[in-house]
Amino acid sequence: MGFNKLELTKVAQLARLQVTESEIEDVSERISEILRLIDQMQSINTDSIAPMSHPFDGTQVLRSDVITEQNSRDELQTLAPSVEKGLFLVPKVLE
Amino acid sequence: MLEKTVVELSEALKLRKVSSVELTRAYLEKIGTKSKKLNTYITVCDELALTQAKMADQRLAKGEKNPLLGIPIAHKDIFCTKGIKTTCGSKMLENFVSPYNATVVSKLNKAGMVTLGKTNMDEFAMGSSNETSYFGPVKNPWDTEKVPGGSSGGSAAAVAADLCAIATGTDTGGSIRQPASFCGVTGLKPSYGRISRWGMIAFASSLDQAGPISKSAEDAAIIMNAMAGSDDLDSTSIRAPVDDYTASINDSLHGIKIGVPKQHLTEGLSIEVEESIRQALQVYEKLGATIKEIDLPNNHLSVSAYYVIAPAEASANLSRYDGVRYGFRCSQPTDLEDMYKRTRSEGFGSEVKRRIMIGTYALSAGYYDAYYQKAQKIRRLIKNDFDAAFKTVDVIVGPTSPHTAFGLGTTTDPVKMYLEDIYTIAVNLAGLPGISIPAGLVGKLPIGMQIIGKDFAEAKLLNVAHKYQKETDWHKMKPSLDFGD
Repeated sequence: MGFNKLELTKVAQLARLQVTESEIEDVSERISEILRLIDQMQSINTDSIAPMSHPFDGTQVLRSDVITEQNSRDELQTLAPSVEKGLFLVPKVLE
Repeated sequence: MLEKTVVELSEALKLRKVSSVELTRAYLEKIGTKSKKLNTYITVCDELALTQAKMADQRLAKGEKNPLLGIPIAHKDIFCTKGIKTTCGSKMLENFVSPYNATVVSKLNKAGMVTLGKTNMDEFAMGSSNETSYFGPVKNPWDTEKVPGGSSGGSAAAVAADLCAIATGTDTGGSIRQPASFCGVTGLKPSYGRISRWGMIAFASSLDQAGPISKSAEDAAIIMNAMAGSDDLDSTSIRAPVDDYTASINDSLHGIKIGVPKQHLTEGLSIEVEESIRQALQVYEKLGATIKEIDLPNNHLSVSAYYVIAPAEASANLSRYDGVRYGFRCSQPTDLEDMYKRTRSEGFGSEVKRRIMIGTYALSAGYYDAYYQKAQKIRRLIKNDFDAAFKTVDVIVGPTSPHTAFGLGTTTDPVKMYLEDIYTIAVNLAGLPGISIPAGLVGKLPIGMQIIGKDFAEAKLLNVAHKYQKETDWHKMKPSLDFGD
């Protein structure tokens, strides 16, 4: 599985990252090398193996559905780049 | 005084030979003169440290006997600290001040520890050399032309250079153990879930684990007693009882079975490191251990599987950095899309962006089975290898890293850098505890020995590490900090 410039452009878009024209060659070459390392996995057959997503095959812990957190909107919004009247401001989406 | 262990400092504090304020001042002064060259700290919190030290002295005066009370600590800059900057080594969080403390920080504050500052690290913990930090690389105190290892390089270097008594770190693929190895200090990565991840900035959530970097295994045991345990704020923290890690630290090793993976003593390993590990095994034989070769046949696939799983999880975790709620935002975005893209492209460094793209690719339509699911199957095989080995041995011993610290700026190829963690990564994939302790020197550079245990066998690891440190002096060796300043 190669990784060409077209795929890089697609992945960068999915990840909301910009790759400039001058970087594109170097970045796709680096990622291709990493994918070659990753492809070593294909050297063994794992058909009968169950995937492992958690080191101890743990399951999600449940608790009763009660509110445990306070509303700290004002405090949290002090961290935001731009806010107004309790809202997070972003560039205009609709004209 | 500053070179002393937590055990020794705690004794001196109890006997009133020194106060926590005096000790804190002495560390701050040394940080002031030595840290700049080493670049170990991103933030130093003089004011907070002295306030906490005063409070600790009051508690000591009342006769409180907690061994961590009044001891100055440094936190890796991945742990959220209320009111103090938490950058995660990134431009993205350059000015981020957390509204809350990480559970680890809360617990250690409660125990009366004094926060000296926040240590430098690879950006978002992605690196094995500390060179990906937005705040510049950390230098290895043993040789300032060399890397300290990563990603907890600032913590390891600060402990080695006596710029704190002990430090916190995090380990996703070797990020506590490898820098501990390169800096000649003790670094413990506990079992997955043993310590709460609440307030620890996420890299790869099924692998990340906090742990201590210390001057001895005994110090690590003491701080683990305060750090470990389940947390309602982290549903992945393990609800299993916590041992008293100091209780069994002096247990005899007579009859213990040590496994040495043949895959850990093969080509690529430096002769000097191999020789040191063999000598360490002789020490264990003298202590009554039997040594047995074991097989971890899928170890060579661990790096490949890791570089699917960790970037995949990272790509999801780091999607939160969008310039909306906190952190960096690019200037004058033309529209929302432009804001997302430029914020993330300008805010993240190249290694972080590379991993986000690999993770995004591995999770994208059409590739999930070939990459992510395949990696999870390999993860199972790696865990099975350890399970089989632990049927016949109690602990596994080998090198932490194939060689001693390498030169700053010498490893620019990402694949070569990733292979640095060939002995440590499988331990994270399997969720096991591992510790690195100093086991020799090549020239002036330290060698690290890794000891791996069964699930939740931290107490056994600390016991095995401590007994070695009783027999040897490698952990007491100190770098000369004569930088000509």
